[in-house]
This record gives sequence, C-alpha cells and structure tokens, in this order.
Amino acid sequence: MIRLLYFASLRERLGRGDETLDRTPATVGRLRAELAGRGVPWSDVFAADQRVLAAVNQTMAGDDHTLADGDEVGFFPPVTGG
Amino acid sequence: MDVEIRVQESPLDPLAEQAQVYAAGPQVGGVVSFVGLMRDINQGDRVRAMTLEHYPGMTEKALGAIVVEAGRRWQLDSVRIVHRVGEIRPQDPIVLVAVASAHRGEAFRACEFIIDYLKTRAPFWKREDMSDGQSRWVEARDSDDVAAASWADGSESPTTARGDARPGEKQ
Repeated sequence: MIRLLYFASLRERLGRGDETLDRTPATVGRLRAELAGRGVPWSDVFAADQRVLAAVNQTMAGDDHTLADGDEVGFFPPVTGG
Repeated sequence: MDVEIRVQESPLDPLAEQAQVYAAGPQVGGVVSFVGLMRDINQGDRVRAMTLEHYPGMTEKALGAIVVEAGRRWQLDSVRIVHRVGEIRPQDPIVLVAVASAHRGEAFRACEFIIDYLKTRAPFWKREDMSDGQSRWVEARDSDDVAAASWADGSESPTTARGDARPGEKQ
C-alpha cells in the first residue's frame, strides 16, 4: 500500500489531493505509467511531455526510485517559491 | 551554526528576523539578507493577490537539506529562512534568507546559493489572482534552473554563467 499526494495545478486538474493505492508498483516510473493509463485527465497530466516532479517520503525522486510498502509519493509541477 | 526555518501564514517582518541573525555571536562580521517581494505585475498582467501553497513536511525537509549543503560549502554562524504561504498582497515580503558569517564573501555567496536552490528545490507553488478576476498558476522559469545549476557540486562560487533574467525575458 502506498499513499499518493497531488499538489497545486495537478490537484486541480485531477480533482483530488490524495488517495491510497492498495498495491505498491515497483518504481516511481511504473507508478506514473499506471496513473497515465487511467484515461483523461490522468493521461494528459502524466503524458511524457509534461514536467511532473515526484518525491518519495518527502525527498525528490527519479523514475528509477524503488517503492516500498507504506511509502508516501507526492506528485507536483515544477516549483515556483521564493 | 544557528538554523531557523519557518513556513508561516502570518506577515513576515524582515528587520525583526534579521535582528535575530545579528545576535549569533561576537564572531559575526557580517549579515547578508535577501528579501523576495510580491510584484503587482507578471507577464504584463496586473496581479491583485497571490496564494502560495506548499507541501507541509517536505518543505521543511528540503529547506533543511539546502542549509546543510550551504554549511558544508561555507563557514556560517547563522542561517534563517522564513517563507510565507497563504494569501499575499503586492509588496508583501514572500521570503527572507539571512546569513551571518565572520566574513562578507561567505555570507554573500551562501545567501545567493540558498535562494537559488530554494527556487528550484523547495515545494512551493504560486497562484496569481489577476485584476480581471481570472486566476492562474505561475510557470517555473528556465532562468531559475540555470542559476541553481551554476553552483556545481561542492563549489564555493558559481562555476557557470548565472542565468539571471535576460533583457526582454518575461518574469
């Protein structure tokens, strides 16, 4: 099981801020592919040409990052603070 | 090294924050502060207000990691980062980065490094409320990525061209 969080424009486009997946995909990249396969709007938000960043347990993570049961995965657009 | 990192909805008082950084000890020879303000215009459009969102927990972790990295590169006595979230009005301070060190060079470079890294690594997002009633998410700028990338691994000075805004670039 993993917990997913969506922020800023992603949250608005997906219409939700969080969810729980009862399975654990092997990697961040696999998780992205799975989400993109849900159809619109997911396929648009997670399309290959979209810059969507990921954090695992609140640290930035690349697509090859391995997921473990209980992880928290946040997805968000490039940051614009400061 | 004294470290204070805060994310707050309440207004930010740069002078009061800076006064705390002065107090790091008698060895401090200089304090460098950066204060980011909200502009009332972006990409040619009037902005009435801005709402800042963040990723609670990750924000503090990311800022803490940036300060640790700064402490590895320079000898610093005190670092303070305060960032607003929630609704902000034009000319309100959004962020303060204040650095105290024995010598000015280290304080100047560390302060610039911290704000460059904050802009590309700390999970904050701005949504602008325009004067015509529309609202939009602010797009990340390539020049911020270039500025952050100018600090090569472990370097104490920028090693490549700084990517500050070029003439004509919309900010």
